[in-house]
Amino acid sequence: MDASIIPACEFRWIMPEIMLTGWALLLLIIGGVTKGPVASKTSGVLCVIGSIFALYFTLNLWGTNLDVFNQLYTIDNYGTFFKALFLCILILVSIVSLRYADREGIGSGEYYALLMFGVLGMMVMTSSHHFITIFIGLEVMSLSIYVLCGLLRGNATSVEASLKYFLLGAFATAFLLYGMAMIYGSTGILDVVELKKYFLLKQPFSATMFVIGLGFLIVGFGFKIASVPFHMWTPDVYQGAPTSITAYMATGVKAAAFGALIRVFFTAFIPFQFGWSEIIWVLAVLTMCVGNITALVQHDVKRMLAYSSIAHAGYILVAFVTADRALASSMLYYLMAYSFMNIGAFTVVIALEKKGDNNSEIDGFAGLGVRHPFYALCMSIFLLSLAGVPPLAGFMGKFYVFSTAVKAEYYWLAVIGFLNSAVAAYYYLRVMMYMYFKETIGEPGTVDRAPQYGLVMIICIWALLHMGIFPKTFLTIAQKAVGIFG
Amino acid sequence: MLPEIPQSLYYLLSAVLFTVGAVGVITRRNAIVIFMCIELMLNAVNLSFITSGNFLNSLDGTIFVIFIMAVAAAEAAVGLGIFVLIFRLKGTVHVDEFNLLKG
Repeated sequence: MDASIIPACEFRWIMPEIMLTGWALLLLIIGGVTKGPVASKTSGVLCVIGSIFALYFTLNLWGTNLDVFNQLYTIDNYGTFFKALFLCILILVSIVSLRYADREGIGSGEYYALLMFGVLGMMVMTSSHHFITIFIGLEVMSLSIYVLCGLLRGNATSVEASLKYFLLGAFATAFLLYGMAMIYGSTGILDVVELKKYFLLKQPFSATMFVIGLGFLIVGFGFKIASVPFHMWTPDVYQGAPTSITAYMATGVKAAAFGALIRVFFTAFIPFQFGWSEIIWVLAVLTMCVGNITALVQHDVKRMLAYSSIAHAGYILVAFVTADRALASSMLYYLMAYSFMNIGAFTVVIALEKKGDNNSEIDGFAGLGVRHPFYALCMSIFLLSLAGVPPLAGFMGKFYVFSTAVKAEYYWLAVIGFLNSAVAAYYYLRVMMYMYFKETIGEPGTVDRAPQYGLVMIICIWALLHMGIFPKTFLTIAQKAVGIFG
Repeated sequence: MLPEIPQSLYYLLSAVLFTVGAVGVITRRNAIVIFMCIELMLNAVNLSFITSGNFLNSLDGTIFVIFIMAVAAAEAAVGLGIFVLIFRLKGTVHVDEFNLLKG
């Protein structure tokens, strides 16, 4: 077949992506011709509907395994799993935004369009094994989020977050690209699957340029997953950005970066596991310890959740170190659980914020158990799940991740992980202590009782309980997803 | 064609450019200069891709360069937008002035 012709039938495999792009363009047009709160509500509702359609198309792809567009794009269970996860995140964030973005005056058509373009980038990034496509996906995602971070135009912290994320994100991209350039220079291949075949023929392969390239690749991905020592941007950006965007970044970007990282390393670089697993071992320990210890002294709940998200990246890296392809499912399960508990926790933070002020001091949570028992109960469930208390999903996630490390005989790593979870429980429970055992401090802020927040919280709690009590169902799905590495 | 000059010199030049860019990002304090340093790093990457593509007789590297240039242009558009926004708010693009978020 002539390689320059793309058969028209291949487009049906990328229906979710086409759907999102078309819908986002439609929202941009709507945003251009309408104004005011009605326009904002309409775009929000349309965004939710569009994402549900895209999710439907994505679920139809489950079980399909094929390469399309001359091996530049891949449809497989692994990609489909991540696509479904991103779309769930998009749906939850848009429901929260229906109220939040409206309140902050940023909920115009372009807000929702950018949310959709961001998810489009994540989807492209995780469903390709070609470096060019991974890079394009990464950039589509990042560019949308640079803009989303700075959408509170009059707010100095939001713009500052946007600037910091932009400069450090672009810096990290340069490292990632240089890594790809070096791997290309030493092998002449840009396709991860081709690289795997190449290494099987050329064992043992150890060009200096290749080793440096691998290092740069780890640095580039390390920035995006916010692992220590590449985490400096995380707390600032998470704190400054509009809170709905923080929830979106903390879950979506992290899952996408992990998705691409796991696919690239577990497909091609398994023969060099003895080399990179030691580096990742150190990164995992540093990430867990620095994230948790710094979180202990935070007074801002948003910033505390940012450090906690760094620590969670560390827990996932624990399973990544083992390079056990069959047990990579534990990472996927963890990402799924982590997404729901984080979106839930950030939704409570959003409900307690005042208009135009995206600070969330822990004092604001004092006495919440009396003022608003439902939100206090929800927040407690999310915090307990983050801390890893059974029967919630956070516990099963930690259990799978650490048992992966134990099975691969990384005992010290598992021990450090356990100790870190114990430290983490302190700062999660401190928020609960403020909610239930402290009197309201000063003038109690108004609590936003919008039904959108309640809906998202209930969905997240349902998901956490479901995943925690019947983990086998979800683990089986994750195992089918990582079957591609087999 | 690029005759006589050995491959390693191209890689060396690319590495030097990349290092100059990276050091610039860390030491310079003006957001626009930092962004120019990032562009320098991206161009070092481009040079590396072109060299590899040329010596390996493979088109992939050249194609990647076109993608990188397109993305760098998009990034410049977004970046300059952010700089304008922050200049309107603060009257400066000096990164040391932005210290609201810390801890």
